[in-house]
Amino acid sequence: MLNSSLQQIGAALRARKISSVELTQLYLDRITALNPGLNAYITIHAETSLAQARAADAMLASGDAQPLTGIPVAQKDIFCAKGWRTTCGSKMLENFIAPYDAHVIEQFNHAGAVNLGKTNMDEFAMGSSNETSYFGAVKNPWAQNAVPGGSSGGAAAAVSARLCAAATGTDTGGSIRQPAALCGISGIKPTYGTVSRYGMIAFASSLDQAGPMARSAEDLAWMLNVMTGFDERDSTSLQRDKEDYTRDLSKPLAGLRIGLPKEFFAEGLAQDVASCVDAALTEYKKLGATIVEISLPNSQLAVPVYYVLAPAEASSNLSRFDGVRYGYRAPEYKDLADMYEKSRAQGFGAEVKRRIMIGTYVLSHGYYDAYYLQAQKIRRLIAQDFTDAFKQCDVIMGPTSPSTAFDFGAKSDDPVQMYLSDIYTIAVNLAGLPGMSIPAGFGANGRPIGLQIIGNYFAEAQMLNVAHQYQLAANWHTLMPKGM
Amino acid sequence: MSLTHQDVQKVARLARLAMSETEIETARSQLSGIFDLIAEMQAVDTSGIAPMSHAQDLPQRLREDKVTEANQRELFQSLAPQIEAGLYLVPQVIE
Repeated sequence: MLNSSLQQIGAALRARKISSVELTQLYLDRITALNPGLNAYITIHAETSLAQARAADAMLASGDAQPLTGIPVAQKDIFCAKGWRTTCGSKMLENFIAPYDAHVIEQFNHAGAVNLGKTNMDEFAMGSSNETSYFGAVKNPWAQNAVPGGSSGGAAAAVSARLCAAATGTDTGGSIRQPAALCGISGIKPTYGTVSRYGMIAFASSLDQAGPMARSAEDLAWMLNVMTGFDERDSTSLQRDKEDYTRDLSKPLAGLRIGLPKEFFAEGLAQDVASCVDAALTEYKKLGATIVEISLPNSQLAVPVYYVLAPAEASSNLSRFDGVRYGYRAPEYKDLADMYEKSRAQGFGAEVKRRIMIGTYVLSHGYYDAYYLQAQKIRRLIAQDFTDAFKQCDVIMGPTSPSTAFDFGAKSDDPVQMYLSDIYTIAVNLAGLPGMSIPAGFGANGRPIGLQIIGNYFAEAQMLNVAHQYQLAANWHTLMPKGM
Repeated sequence: MSLTHQDVQKVARLARLAMSETEIETARSQLSGIFDLIAEMQAVDTSGIAPMSHAQDLPQRLREDKVTEANQRELFQSLAPQIEAGLYLVPQVIE
């Protein structure tokens, strides 16, 4: 059951070969055994999960089951889930019990899925290694001295170690794709506005987008069917017809034009990653695709632009944490200003404070035009590069991350080096395009490598088709870390 | 770009973050490195380019002006660090 697809698990549940309670218990037992070593989950509520499983079994028995009814899904601890502690990886929200459900959680509840627990993450989704979590870093199931990536590192590790059937993540600058690559799983960040941000704790609102993380592209399609949909409570949620993301999975790829941005293969890309991407492209040629060289001339500006815009938005979003209505309050203070300053200083970790400081600086009097406005203008140039590129190709491919998973501590003292680990993913968020990562092999050190696939706006079904056809030909996504 | 001790002190105050002298010094050197990275933007000619504030070029949706949320005061206040008689308590601000 651990290596079955969501569709196979769903079929077994509907045929009553296994109950949701048995399946949920199987995963809970694995979590008890393996999570102390991996730290992929922050909160487990076995009783709540099992109650949901019993309700799912009733749905299954009555015949009104949907595709994901009874399937245990891990939720990133950035989504508010009513009655569940929702920490966002921060001391600030260590004791915060969410009073309502995020839209994503509501969608899974309606589908009859089981919430298996809340996964660990970089604090407020700010990080690429999970080392900024207040609850300690997640370990990479493939190499326990290596980071799982971030910020959705707990989700990636949980999927990889088979501690859930599938998981949710969020991606502001690569937070689904980079951990998916580093943990050898599949993940997709859909077009901005496709999944509602209601109840998803805000980091950078013009970039934040939720998406699924799973073992295969096919599983991602089933997850996306549940997660997407219009929600009037998110002002940027798009009013579009509901799509079936599984509809194109089996289309042949003959005639597919794959664009390779030359900037993604320049200096800074590790040799083993480049070789795996090349091998994947060779496979795609066998499947009938043609390769087109393209250019994204402004892509090297994506990291600097992102580190103006995302912190600016974060400094504004995180101003709500003032120790008054919810969240951490310092035990001692002399007046109101002191209470704010001490609560925030003690409640936030170093990386979050660093980004609040960057954002506050670039928005402060006298610097707005030079930083914030200039970054917004270059953001348009970066988005335009993609529009031009998609005139020559159907999808864009390249590495997800410049290297395989790095060791703990390797970059944690040097913020700039850490920021550069998202060099290939950030531009996609700035443009609002869909992007995904699928397993494409292993590096010299035996750690997984991801292939990034970038599609045009609303091309998720096509990207999932492109990924699925590769996964029918290659077996990287079926491999499981040793000792799990 | 090199930030001064006073620059960092000022930003910390604007951001409502208490920082010790040592923390300000560490932040100064790390933020200077980050602003060196950001400085790559300055060389780009962006004259005539309209700023892009958002991935979507859509107008704000409007809704009917009616109450859609139920009153959940007690539930929400149960999350507060300090309340009294249905009010959020903070240190006295007016003498």
